[in-house]
Amino acid sequence: MREAAVASEPHPLQRIPGVAIVLVLLIALFGAIAPGFLSVANLSNVLVQSTILTMLALPMTLIIMTEGLDLSMGAVLTLTSLCVAIVSLATKSMLLGLGAGLLVGAAFGTVNGWLVAILGIPPFVATLGTLGMAQGLSLIVSDGQSVVGIPHSVRDIYSATLLGIPVPIVMALVTYAAFHGLLYHTRFGTYIFALGGNREALRYAGLSPSRLLIAVYAIGGAMAGIAGLLMTARMNSGHPTAGLGLEFDAIAAVAVGGTSFERGNGWLLGTLLGVLSVGVLRNGLNLISLPSSVQVASVGVLVIVALFLDGLRSRA
Amino acid sequence: MTDITKEAIMPPRSFLSQDAIQVFYRLLAALLICAVLAVLSDSFLSLGNILNVLRQASLTFFIASGLTLVVLTAGLDLSVGANVALSACIAGTVIHKTGSPALGILTGLACGGLVGLLNGIMVTALRIPSFIATYGMLWVLNGLTYWYMAGETLHGFPAGFRQIGSGYLFGLPIPVYLLLVFLGIGTLFAQRTIWGQEIYAIGANPVAARLSGIPVARRLLLVYAVSGIMAGLASIIFLSRLNSAEADIGESLTLPAIAAVLIGGTSLFGGVGTVFGTFIGALILTLVLNGMNLLSVSANWQPLVTGIIVILAVWLDMKTRRRTQ
Repeated sequence: MREAAVASEPHPLQRIPGVAIVLVLLIALFGAIAPGFLSVANLSNVLVQSTILTMLALPMTLIIMTEGLDLSMGAVLTLTSLCVAIVSLATKSMLLGLGAGLLVGAAFGTVNGWLVAILGIPPFVATLGTLGMAQGLSLIVSDGQSVVGIPHSVRDIYSATLLGIPVPIVMALVTYAAFHGLLYHTRFGTYIFALGGNREALRYAGLSPSRLLIAVYAIGGAMAGIAGLLMTARMNSGHPTAGLGLEFDAIAAVAVGGTSFERGNGWLLGTLLGVLSVGVLRNGLNLISLPSSVQVASVGVLVIVALFLDGLRSRA
Repeated sequence: MTDITKEAIMPPRSFLSQDAIQVFYRLLAALLICAVLAVLSDSFLSLGNILNVLRQASLTFFIASGLTLVVLTAGLDLSVGANVALSACIAGTVIHKTGSPALGILTGLACGGLVGLLNGIMVTALRIPSFIATYGMLWVLNGLTYWYMAGETLHGFPAGFRQIGSGYLFGLPIPVYLLLVFLGIGTLFAQRTIWGQEIYAIGANPVAARLSGIPVARRLLLVYAVSGIMAGLASIIFLSRLNSAEADIGESLTLPAIAAVLIGGTSLFGGVGTVFGTFIGALILTLVLNGMNLLSVSANWQPLVTGIIVILAVWLDMKTRRRTQ
C-alpha cells in the first residue's frame, strides 16, 4: 500500500485522458443534440454555474486525498448561505455577512476534523452526523422560511464583472490558484499527500497528523462559507434547503477527476475538469428539457461508473 | 460511564453474554428516558402516546433491522431512505392501477429487494466501498423517484390495505405485531443460523472468513438484498399509514435508521451487535423525538438532535471497544 503510493503510481499526466475524454465526449454529445449548447452565452453560463461547485470540489479533493470524506459540505453550505443572508440583512454589510459565513463554515469544518482525527470516528459517519446538525441548524435559524430582502451589495457579487470576466469566475480561478499553490508548492501540501499515503512518515518527521487533518477539514468548511456567499448572491435569498446534495456533485467531480478514494493521491486539475463535466452534464440535460431529477440520477450513475473504473485501474 | 469500566474489569465469559450486557444498559437508558419524560410531561404515559411511540419505533425498526445486518458486515447502506420512497411510489401506483393490494405489496418488496441487490453487486462485484456505492445509489433513486412522480401525490388506497399501517388488533397497532415478528425472525436468523453466524464472521475478519470457506460475496449480496427488502416492507407500512405517497417521504428516514443501529450497539467496524439492540435503539431514538414533541420543541430541531445522537453513539461504541480490548 505504502509502496504503491510512492513507487508504482503512474504519473498524474497519464490520467488526463480519462476525465478529459469524458468532458470532450459530453461537450460533443450535447453540442450535437442540445440546441444552443455551444453558444457563447450558454457556455459562459456553464462556467458561472460551476463556480460554487469548484469551491466545494477543490477542498473535497484534499479531504478525499487523506482517505476521508465530507458528506456535510452541502448542508454546511446551506447553513453558511443562511448566515450570510441573515447577517448581511441585519447589518447591511456584505463583508460582515461573508465573515459570519466563513466563521460558521470553518467551525463546522473544525468539528468534522476533530471528530475524525481526535475521536477517530470514520469520516463518512462523522460527517453524516454533522450533516444532520447543519441541516437542523439551518431549519432552526431560518424557521424553515426563506430569508429575503438581502442588500444589493451581496446580490451584485454574482452578476458583477471584473475586466469583463464575471466575478464568480474570478473567485473560482483565484481559489484554484490558491489550492494549486497550497498543494503543490508548500510543505503543507506535501503533508497532505503524506496523510493519505504515509501517515507514519509524518509521525517520524515529528508532525501531528491529527492537527493536519483538522486543518484540511477546516479548510473545507471555510470554503463552504465562501461558496455560501455566492449561493446567497445567486439566489438573492437564503433558503433552508439551498445547498442540500451539493456535496454529492463535489464528490462526483473529484471521482470523475481521477482522485482515488483508496490510495491517497489527488489531482486538482482533474477535479476542475470533473467540475466542468458535471456542469456540462447538468446544463446539457437541462437544455434537452430533462428535469433536474434526471440530472441528479445521471450524476449518480457518473460517480458509480467513475469509481468502478478507478477500482479496475487500481487492480490492473 | 462506570458501567463501561466495570465491564472492562470483568470481561464477560462469552460473546453472547457481552451482547446481553450491552442490551441491558440500553434498556436501562430507555427506561430512564421514560421516567424523565413521565415527570416532564403529563401526556407521556397516556395509552394513546405509548401506542404512538411503539408504532413510530416499529417504522424505524423495519428499516434499521435490515441495515443492522449490513453494518454487522462492516458495511453501510445509505440508500435505505431513498429506497423506501421509490418502493412506496411504485407500490402505490400498482395498487392504483390494478386495485390489488397484494400485488402492490409484492411489487414494493421486489423493488426494495432489487435496489438492495444492485447495492450488493456494486459492493461485491465492482468492489466500490459500500458507503460511496450506496450514497451514489441514494441520488440515483432520488432522481428516479422525483422523475417518476413528477410532483404528483398518490392517495386514497383501499380500506383493507390501510389497516396494515393504521389498524388495531386486540388493542395494539398492527405494525407492532409486525415488529415482534420481524424482531423474532431477525434475532433467530442472526444468532441461530449458520448464515447469520457467517455474517458476524465476515464483519469481524473478512480475510479469515474467506479463508475458512465462507462464500463472502454471496453472503454480502444476501445482506444488502435483505436491507433492501426491509426498506420495501417499510415503504408498504408508510404507504398504508399515510394513505399517500410522495417523492420526498424518504429524505428524513436514513439518518434515524442509522442512529437506531448505532445506539443499539452495533459497531460500525463490523462483527458486533444484535437485531434486538437495534430495536432498543429505535425505541430510544423514538422516545427522544417523541419527548421533544410532547415538550413542544419545534420539529426543526429533530435533524440536529439525531445528528448529535449518531456521533455520540459511535463515540461511545469506540470508547467501549477500546477499553474492552
